[in-house]
This record gives sequence, structure tokens and C-alpha cells, in this order.
Amino acid sequence: MLQTNTDRSNPLVALSGVGVRRQGRWLVRGVDFSISPGEIVTLIGPNGSGKSTSAKTAIGVMKADEGRVERRPGLKVGYVPQKLSIDWTMPLTVERLMTLTAPLSGREIDAALTATGIRHLIRAEVQHLSGGEFQRALLARAIARKPDLLVLDEPVQGVDFSGEIALYDLIKSIRNTTGCGILLISHDLHVVMAETDTVICLNGHVCCRGTPQAVSQSPEYLRLFGARAGQTLALYSHHHDHTHLPDGRVLHADGSVTDNCHPTDGHHDAGEPAGAGRAGPMRIVHVHGPDCGCSHDHRTVAGSGENAGVSRDA
Amino acid sequence: MLDDFFVRALVAGVGLALTTGPLGCFVVWRRMAYFGDTMAHSALLGVALSLLLEVNLLLSVFAVAAVISLLLVALQRRGSLSTDALLGILSHATLAIGLVMVSFMSWVRIDLIGFLFGDILAVTRADIDLIWGGGILVVLAIVYLWRPLIASTVNPELAEAEGLQPERARLAFMLLMALVIAIAMKIVGILLITALLIIPAATARRFSRSPEVMAVLSSLIGAAAVAGGLFGSLRFDTPSGPSIVVAALALFILALLPLGRRAERAEDASQAAQGGHH
Repeated sequence: MLQTNTDRSNPLVALSGVGVRRQGRWLVRGVDFSISPGEIVTLIGPNGSGKSTSAKTAIGVMKADEGRVERRPGLKVGYVPQKLSIDWTMPLTVERLMTLTAPLSGREIDAALTATGIRHLIRAEVQHLSGGEFQRALLARAIARKPDLLVLDEPVQGVDFSGEIALYDLIKSIRNTTGCGILLISHDLHVVMAETDTVICLNGHVCCRGTPQAVSQSPEYLRLFGARAGQTLALYSHHHDHTHLPDGRVLHADGSVTDNCHPTDGHHDAGEPAGAGRAGPMRIVHVHGPDCGCSHDHRTVAGSGENAGVSRDA
Repeated sequence: MLDDFFVRALVAGVGLALTTGPLGCFVVWRRMAYFGDTMAHSALLGVALSLLLEVNLLLSVFAVAAVISLLLVALQRRGSLSTDALLGILSHATLAIGLVMVSFMSWVRIDLIGFLFGDILAVTRADIDLIWGGGILVVLAIVYLWRPLIASTVNPELAEAEGLQPERARLAFMLLMALVIAIAMKIVGILLITALLIIPAATARRFSRSPEVMAVLSSLIGAAAVAGGLFGSLRFDTPSGPSIVVAALALFILALLPLGRRAERAEDASQAAQGGHH
């Protein structure tokens, strides 16, 4: 593994206290993370939690309204957007798609298409590809330009389960051979790529962050996903100190309710390592089950007082 | 040879078609047909202003079309009305204001039909210089901006992320549109400029395997439509603009006939054979 090569002192891109405001509403606020060469960072969170916004802000497609985004000068980005539809009026073969943003040699195109397993589709029109083939073509395009930072917004959408495993294996090998940093947005709240170095759970702000635990350590998941998946997928346990109520307000671990949750409002303990400071019943430790369908606003609130906002449903 | 009005019209028309080919492809790809219409309609306001302020006609039409396109972008950003409705307002408002202004100016005699539908007889040596000079400028600019334009047509955010400045390309594209509308006005007329942009591009689509081929092909198809239309215009004494559009439509329909379909089916079959699993 290249993890030892990860140099965190000089990140490719670093966000600190980033907030993005559109039409009078904060899409995200107080986002801090960085991506270093060779590091895989996975963003997770429910729909509308600001995953894509954060990723776009990191690469400069969206401008931050507060906070700082620092990119290494001359940073070369390879980007696979979440949604990309190519109008049928534009004739575009897979081969032509490869050189969309920069010229490439025939050898480079071949290598990228071979790596993603769609070399045989080089002359096919992109409008005729299946969902999975199109995702592979987009990934091939992004890696062919040999980026310093690869940003993949839900790269396994429309791909079946075995295809998902294969794509994650491919992303891993891209990281291992090129040493590029990877920012991955996952559509799944609980299952992430095993090679992920840092998982960041967003819900309008950074809810929690940590490292995933391998699926292979959990016999339940192993039975569900199979042994091969166990090498590639990992579980992420959420450690939250507050709950998002259905009406959009936030219940904090200390029992108080606020309209929103900012890192600065004094209710978070995000800066402290797990287990330090307030511990025990004041901290929600919620290990999601495979069928809990949780999206962070589900937890029951049992009255007020000491036990408010704390539940264990592992 | 250029003394003959018909040869002059042909040289001017072909020059124009070579320019509108690639530009028309972007209008089709970016779904900007109505947008092009709006810019073209604003040309009559440009004509009226040019007469009123006694400034150069081309400059006036270009400036008005450019201002209208920028105004539209600004209004779109405010997001109060749909683009569709905004285009409808701007398109007909500028046309109407232009017509009203022209009717007020009783001291000038103006060939309104010539502006609206084009006029072969009006093509002068100076017009030819302008069309070819402006056309070469437009084509060079498109070649220079080709990659950012194509990339931002596919996905502006992707282009932005990979350092291609899609906003700059978009702005340049609008100015090029304004320029082409200004120089096309005399040949095809204000009301039919968009047809010369769209129909050849749409005809070229089914014969093209790449954006580059489609751009070149729509130039050639446009040139053929101009030649056919002008011959028809001369033969039947019809206005040049509508005749060119009718010729372009004839080519479009011809391309839809079974001949074209067979070619496409053969292409599909060979693609399936190559592609393996479809």
C-alpha cells in the first residue's frame, strides 16, 4: 500500500472553514478537509448534504463564500461529474471523449481504456453506451490525463454490484500506480471503499470523520457481500454528537436545540478525539446495521434531560 | 467576374455558409436555436439605431445583438423568469421596437423587406470583403476556442475543473454569434438567419462521427443550400433568404430519405460488430 507515501504536510488541496451560500441558504458550512498525494478521501452523507458542493468547491468549480480553499499551484485535476448527459445531436465517440479537455496520444488513450476494460468500445458513440460503460468511459477520460487529483462524484452509479467492486479495485490500483490523491463521493452512507484513508460524513457541515473498518472483519457483511467484496468494501461507523431533527433544527448532545449547526456555535466536540472529553452517554455511538436505512434524522428523542438525544440502536 | 450581381451574391453567400456551419453546430448542440433567433431579431433594432444615430450599420447591429445576449445572461442569473419566457420577450420586443422606430423615421427610405428576408441585389464588393473578412475572423476564433467550446458544451463544470475557462468560451461564442448575424443580415435577412445556422447542422448530424466532421460538413451543406437557393431566387424571382432556407430544407429532407437511413443502418451494424455486446 502507498499509505506510507502519503505526505500530509503538503496537501494537493486544503479546505478550512469553507461555506457555500446560494440564494440565501447555506449549502454547506464549516467544511474542513484536505487531500494529500496518494490519499483517498471519501465523502458520504444523505442527499442534499453538500457532498458535491464541497467537492466542486475543492476544485474551484464553485466559489466559497467563507473560509479558505488552498490548491497547489498548477494542480492537474481529473473530474468525473455526478451528472453528465451528452446531447444526442453531438456525435461523440469514446475515443473523441478521451481528448475532451486536452490532447492525448493514441497510446495514452489505449492504456486508459484498457485499464477500465472498455478498449473494445473505442469507436462506439457515447450515447449508445450503457450506464456502467459510460461511467467507465468517464473514468478512463479522467485518468488518461494523469491528474494529480482525481475527483469522482458517485463513480459507481448505474453499475451493478460486481462492476462496483471492479471499479473500486481499479480506483485502488490507479492510486497505487500513480500516487495521485483521490476525492471520492459515495452514494452509500455505510459502505465505502476499503482503501479509503479518511471518511468524511457531511450533512450541511462535517458531521463526523474517521477511518473505515474492513468489511472482512464483520462476518455479517461478509455473508451479505461475499468474500471478494470483503477485500474492497469497508464499513464506516458514524460518531455524531448531535441529531438533525425532521424540521431542520438540530438537537445537540447537551440537550439544547438550535436552528442550524455550525462548528462555531459551541455545541460540537468535533475537534476532540473520540473518547476524550465528554464521554459515555453524552456521545452518540451509532453503528449502522445493513438494513437500518438511517439518514441521520431518524433517531428517537426520548424526552429531555440527561438522556436526551442519545440512542443506541446498533 | 464580380461585376455580375449574381456571382457577387454567390461568393458572398458561400462565404457566409462556411462561417455559419461550425457556429450552427454549437447552436444545435447547446440548444440555443431560440437564443439565436432572439439575437437575430434584435438586428432590426440595430438597423433602426444605425439610421437614427447615423453610425455604421454593421457596428450598430453587432453592438445591439451583443448587448441583448449579455442582457439575457444577466436576466438568467437573476432567475425570476424562465429562459424561454425571457427569450420570447426580448426577441419580439426588439423586433417590434425596431419596426416602430423605422416607421417613425419618415425622412429615410428603407427597404424593410430587404432587411427582413435578404436581398441579392444589395450585395456589393464591400459586402463581399466584409463577409469573407469577418468570416475568416470568426472561423479562426472558433478553431482557436474549439476545445474549450466543445468541452463546455459537454459539461461546463468538467471544463472548469480541468482548467478550460468555459465562461470565457461562452462569452466569445456570443460575440461571434453577434458578428455573424451582423454580416448575414444582407444575404438571408433577419428573420431567417437562424435557419441557415440550424438546418445545415441538423442535416450534417446523421453523416458525422465526430464534432469536427459535423462542423465541416454543415459548412459544405450550407454552401450547397446557398448556391441552390440563389439559383432558385434568380430563376423564379423570389427573395434570396427564403429561397436559401427552402433549399436547405430540401437537403435536410433528402438526407432523411431511405438512402441516408441505409447508410446509417450499415454504420450501426459495423459498430455493433466492433462493439461486441450491444
